[in-house]
Amino acid sequence: MKMVRVIVSFLAMFFVNAVSAGVDDTVWKNELKTQFFADRSISETENIIAIEAPYRAEDAALVPIRITSKINQTNDKYIKKITLIVDKNPTPFAAEFNFTPLSGKADVAMRLRINSYSYVRAIAEMNDGQLIMAKKFVKASGGCSAPIGADLDAAMKRLGRMKFKLSGTAQSNEPNLAQLLISHPNITGMQMDQVTRFIRPAYYVEEVKVTFDGQPVLTAKTDIAISADPNFRFYFVPQSSGDLRAEVSDTDGNTFSQTYRVEP
Amino acid sequence: MKCIWIVSLGLCLGLFAVQCQAKTKETLEVQKIAPGLYFHFGHHELPNRDNHGAIANIGFVVGKECVAVLDSGGNPQQGLLLKNTIEKITDVPICYVINSHVHPDHIFGNRSFKGRGVQFIGHKNLARAMQARGGFYLQRSEEQLGVKLAPKDIVLPDIEVTDSLTLDLGHRLLTVTAHGSAHTDNDLSVLDKNSQTLWLSDLLFVEHLPVIDGSLKGWLRELKALSALKVRRVVPGHGPVMGDWPAALKPQEDYLTMLLKEVRSMIRQGKFIEQAIAEVGQMATGRWALFDAFHKKNITLVFAELEWED
Repeated sequence: MKMVRVIVSFLAMFFVNAVSAGVDDTVWKNELKTQFFADRSISETENIIAIEAPYRAEDAALVPIRITSKINQTNDKYIKKITLIVDKNPTPFAAEFNFTPLSGKADVAMRLRINSYSYVRAIAEMNDGQLIMAKKFVKASGGCSAPIGADLDAAMKRLGRMKFKLSGTAQSNEPNLAQLLISHPNITGMQMDQVTRFIRPAYYVEEVKVTFDGQPVLTAKTDIAISADPNFRFYFVPQSSGDLRAEVSDTDGNTFSQTYRVEP
Repeated sequence: MKCIWIVSLGLCLGLFAVQCQAKTKETLEVQKIAPGLYFHFGHHELPNRDNHGAIANIGFVVGKECVAVLDSGGNPQQGLLLKNTIEKITDVPICYVINSHVHPDHIFGNRSFKGRGVQFIGHKNLARAMQARGGFYLQRSEEQLGVKLAPKDIVLPDIEVTDSLTLDLGHRLLTVTAHGSAHTDNDLSVLDKNSQTLWLSDLLFVEHLPVIDGSLKGWLRELKALSALKVRRVVPGHGPVMGDWPAALKPQEDYLTMLLKEVRSMIRQGKFIEQAIAEVGQMATGRWALFDAFHKKNITLVFAELEWED
C-alpha cells in the first residue's frame, strides 16, 4: 500500500513537473499566436526590442517587467505598438502600449501578476507593420504567494490617486524617463462562488492615456495581469515646457486624471 | 509449553498490530507549554510536497468546558492529527477553531474540525481574504503541497472579530484581538490569561525570516502596541516559544525597521523597484532561515507600500 502511494506520488510529481516546469511554447503556438496575430509572421530578431524579467518571480503579485527598445523613435521608423502576453495566465493578454515618434523611445516598464511558470512575451509592431517578438520565461514562486495585492483596504482608500515622477531635471528635445503611479486595487474577478458570501467582479484599470501638451505619448489598454497600483515607466520628448497629463479609466467607468508641469 | 509459546507469540503479534494501528491513526507531537496549553512545533521549511504544507506552529487551549484550537494546520490530515491529539489528551469538547490569518499553513486543517458545536473564528477581513485567495490556493494545492484541496477546505469564519472578543472556555478566558494590517490584513492574536501566554502566530517570527504580506508600517505599529503587554511567554507562528517579552521581538523589529529605512531612502533617491530588490538588506542573510525565499518578496511589498508615502 505504502509502495503504491510512493509510486503514485512519484508519478504525480513527474507529471506535475513535466507540465508546469516545462519551458514550453505550446499555448502560444497552438492558440495565442493565432488569436492575437492571425497568420502574420513574427520574427525574433534581437535588434528591435528586449524584455527583462526576473527568472524567479519573488512575488507573483508584483513582478517587475521592463521592455527596452533598441531604436529611437523617428518619423520614418518607430515602434507603433507593443503587446504584452503572459502565456499561462487565466487572461493571457496583459497590456497593449501604443507609442508615437513623440515618445522618443518605446521603452515601457510595469509590474505584472504571473500565475504560474510562464513565458512573458512582448510583440512589437513597427510603423510599417512588421512584427518582432522578445520573450522571457518566468517561474512564479510558490508558497503563500498569491497574485493578489496585500492590503486591500489601503488600496481602496487611495483609489484614484496618481503621481508622476521624473528622473532628474527634464531635458528638452531628448527622451526623458517618466514614471506614472496609479493607485487602484485592480481586483481580479476570479473568485469561486462555492466559497464566497459575496462576489466582487473584476475591477481594474483598462485604459491609460499619457499626453504631453495634448500630443499622445503613451496610450495603453491594460488588463487584470497588471498588478494592483499600476505603475508605468516610459519616455517622452518635451520640446519646451508643457503639461504631462495622464487620463485613466477603469472597468466601472471611473476616470481619473493627473497633470504634471514639465519645465526643461 | 509449546502452547504457551504460541499463545504468547499470538499475544505479541496482537499487541504489535494494535500498536501499529494506534500508530497509523496517529497523533501530533505536542509540548505542554503551560497547564492546559499545548503547542506543536513547525519546522522552518517552505511548504512542499514532502511536508504537505504542515510547517506552522499550531496548538490548543483546554478549559473546563471548551477547547479552543489555535490554527488548524497546513492540510486536512494535519488537522485530523491535531484533533486526535486533543481527543487523546482531554474529554473536553472542541468549541472553537481560531484561524490567526489566511495563509494556507494555518487554515487548511479546518475541514477536519467541522462538526456540530464547533465555531470558526477569524478576523473581520478573513472571509474576504479567503475569497480572494482561496481559488488560487486550491488550484495550486496538488502541485505545491501534493494534497488535492477542494472548496470544502475553505471554511469561512462563523464569528468575525472586529476589535476584540473574549472567549470563555470555562474557568479560562481567551482574549482574541483583531489587528490592523500587519503580517497580513487579517491577523488575530490570542491572549490566554490563565497562563499569561500571548499566541502571536505570524505576527512574530523567530529564526524564520519575517514575511510581509500586509503592511510594513502597520506591522511595526501593531508590534509597538503588543510589546507593551506584560506576559510570561509568547508563541510565534514560526520558531520556538519565547519567554522574554518584548526582548524576543528584537531581531524581527530590527529587520523590519531596516527594510523601512533602506527602501524609503531608495525611493527618495528616485531608484526603482528592481534596484531595491537587488540591493536592499543583503547583509541580513546569515541571520535568518529561509532568507532567500522571502527577503526579495518582502522588499517588493515594502517598496509598493512606501512609494505612496508622500
